[in-house]
Amino acid sequence: MAGNVSTLAYVAKHRQRRSLGDPRWMRFTLIGAALLFAGLFLVVPLAAVFTEALRKGWGAYFAAFADKDAQAAIRLTFLAAGIAVPLNLVFGLAASWAIAKFDFRGKSLLISLIELPFAISPVISGLVYVLLFGAQGWLGHYLAAEHPLFPWLQQWLIARDLHIIFAVPGIVLATIFVTFPFVARELIPLMQAQGKDEELAALTLGATGWQTFRRVTLPNVKWGLFYGVVLCNARAMGEFGAVSVVSGHIRGETNTIPLHVEILYNEYNTQAAFAVASLLTLLALVTLVLKNLVEWRHRRALEAAAASDIRQFAT
Amino acid sequence: MNSSSAQRRSSRRVLPGFGLSLGFTLAYLGIIILLPLVATFAKTAGMTWAEFWTAVASPRVIASYEITFGASLLAALFNVPCGVLLAWVLVRYEFPGRRLVDALVDLPFALPTAVAGIALTAIYAKNGWIGHCLEPLGIKVAYTPVGVWVALTFIGLPFVVRTVQPILEELEPELEEAAATLGATRAQTFRRVILPALRPAVVTGFALAFARAVGEYGSVVFISGNRPMHTEITPLLIITKLDQYDYQGATALAVVMLVGSFAILFLIQLMQRQGTRRARA
Repeated sequence: MAGNVSTLAYVAKHRQRRSLGDPRWMRFTLIGAALLFAGLFLVVPLAAVFTEALRKGWGAYFAAFADKDAQAAIRLTFLAAGIAVPLNLVFGLAASWAIAKFDFRGKSLLISLIELPFAISPVISGLVYVLLFGAQGWLGHYLAAEHPLFPWLQQWLIARDLHIIFAVPGIVLATIFVTFPFVARELIPLMQAQGKDEELAALTLGATGWQTFRRVTLPNVKWGLFYGVVLCNARAMGEFGAVSVVSGHIRGETNTIPLHVEILYNEYNTQAAFAVASLLTLLALVTLVLKNLVEWRHRRALEAAAASDIRQFAT
Repeated sequence: MNSSSAQRRSSRRVLPGFGLSLGFTLAYLGIIILLPLVATFAKTAGMTWAEFWTAVASPRVIASYEITFGASLLAALFNVPCGVLLAWVLVRYEFPGRRLVDALVDLPFALPTAVAGIALTAIYAKNGWIGHCLEPLGIKVAYTPVGVWVALTFIGLPFVVRTVQPILEELEPELEEAAATLGATRAQTFRRVILPALRPAVVTGFALAFARAVGEYGSVVFISGNRPMHTEITPLLIITKLDQYDYQGATALAVVMLVGSFAILFLIQLMQRQGTRRARA
């Protein structure tokens, strides 16, 4: 999900332009070909997930979730997303405030750096933390060093026996890395389009900076914020490659839902794998519904605003 | 010029929170993204040139580049005509289920890659819905390079559609009407009027789909069969090397891929900047 595809800022310009009287045969052929492509690559995989999941009936379907390891995987996925999404939400707000409301040097470089994780393979997103925190990495070297820079810190770390890689903190870090740009990328263009006049007006009227942010800025970007959080959450719960590298695959301890799906699948427990996968598929469908709902609400709000502008102009 | 810069300076003073928000942004970016990336590049600094070269240019690694970049290229190329077609149909024609298909285009973004991987494998395996139809024709998809291509086509599907759609929506119908009035056939109008307007968006969508496919892991590992020299992609090779405690080898490969992705990203941004400049002119 890289670059500037499908941001709310685009929806603002969304207008349908209907056909210009193409002949019937041409319309039908093109629609047919497009539906064939969409059906083959989008609908069939979707249908396959649920068919395979229900192959042995509803009893077997729900049995896949009664499993202790499956429940542990679900809990861990919610924990990782529960930490990663709020952190990236706060980051998104801070980054968009700084970038949209102020001018400074290196702004476009900063925006590029924020979008960087989109360009990095998920596997590498996990690997970088292994190199930093693994036994062979910087942290490992520091813990094993005979003359460390801060001996008390080394003692403290060894006493705490804090594991990052092949443990929960590594999974959380990798999830934060891959979902890093989602909220910021939605908010930056939205806040830039809105400018800072309303905030300046609020300040002139005596509001504090914090009040201005809460009462003026936040309500203005709430749909973009929600949109970013929904996409961020979907990716956080579904991430596979990055989490796979740092997890260590300990059943019941460091497996997230996608990793649990992989284990079941590789053990030829196909039906259970698809049952658990159907949970993630439902999450994806809910994400798509919410995304379209936000786009629809946003477009209506913009159209209402445009209509009231026209009315003002007319009177 | 002078007054606007003065204004800028004054508004920086008036709106609060610049130091706090930028400071937090830079600190968070530094700790989460930049520090681990620096650690990765630093790790290869400890290798000799010969070590690095054997790690990134052994025959098995070269074979993985070929399948990774080759299948990504073919998948992104296939997505160009299909994506333009889908965008065209969604913008220009009215048909039942149009909004549903429009919403479903984002499925590859929203569906976890592991789920996509096992679903595609089930469909294209010998006894799968599509696999059993192709089997008598002698076409094998799952566990072959074709399977890798199928997975990467799925992953890259939304990019061309979503970059072309807004351009098509904003294209003035008057242009096409004018072309028709001047005697152009529909095909000529499409080739001479519509296609040139879409070209920058198509190129961006292609590049984004390609960049995404090169790094893809989850959807490919299930359907590819992961045979070394044959269907083993580079991201999987990185994981294999990690599992063998070959940290230097894994890092060297990661650095090659990172440099490659940064180069693609840089090209995309360059193209987008040129695109907006042309649009403004």
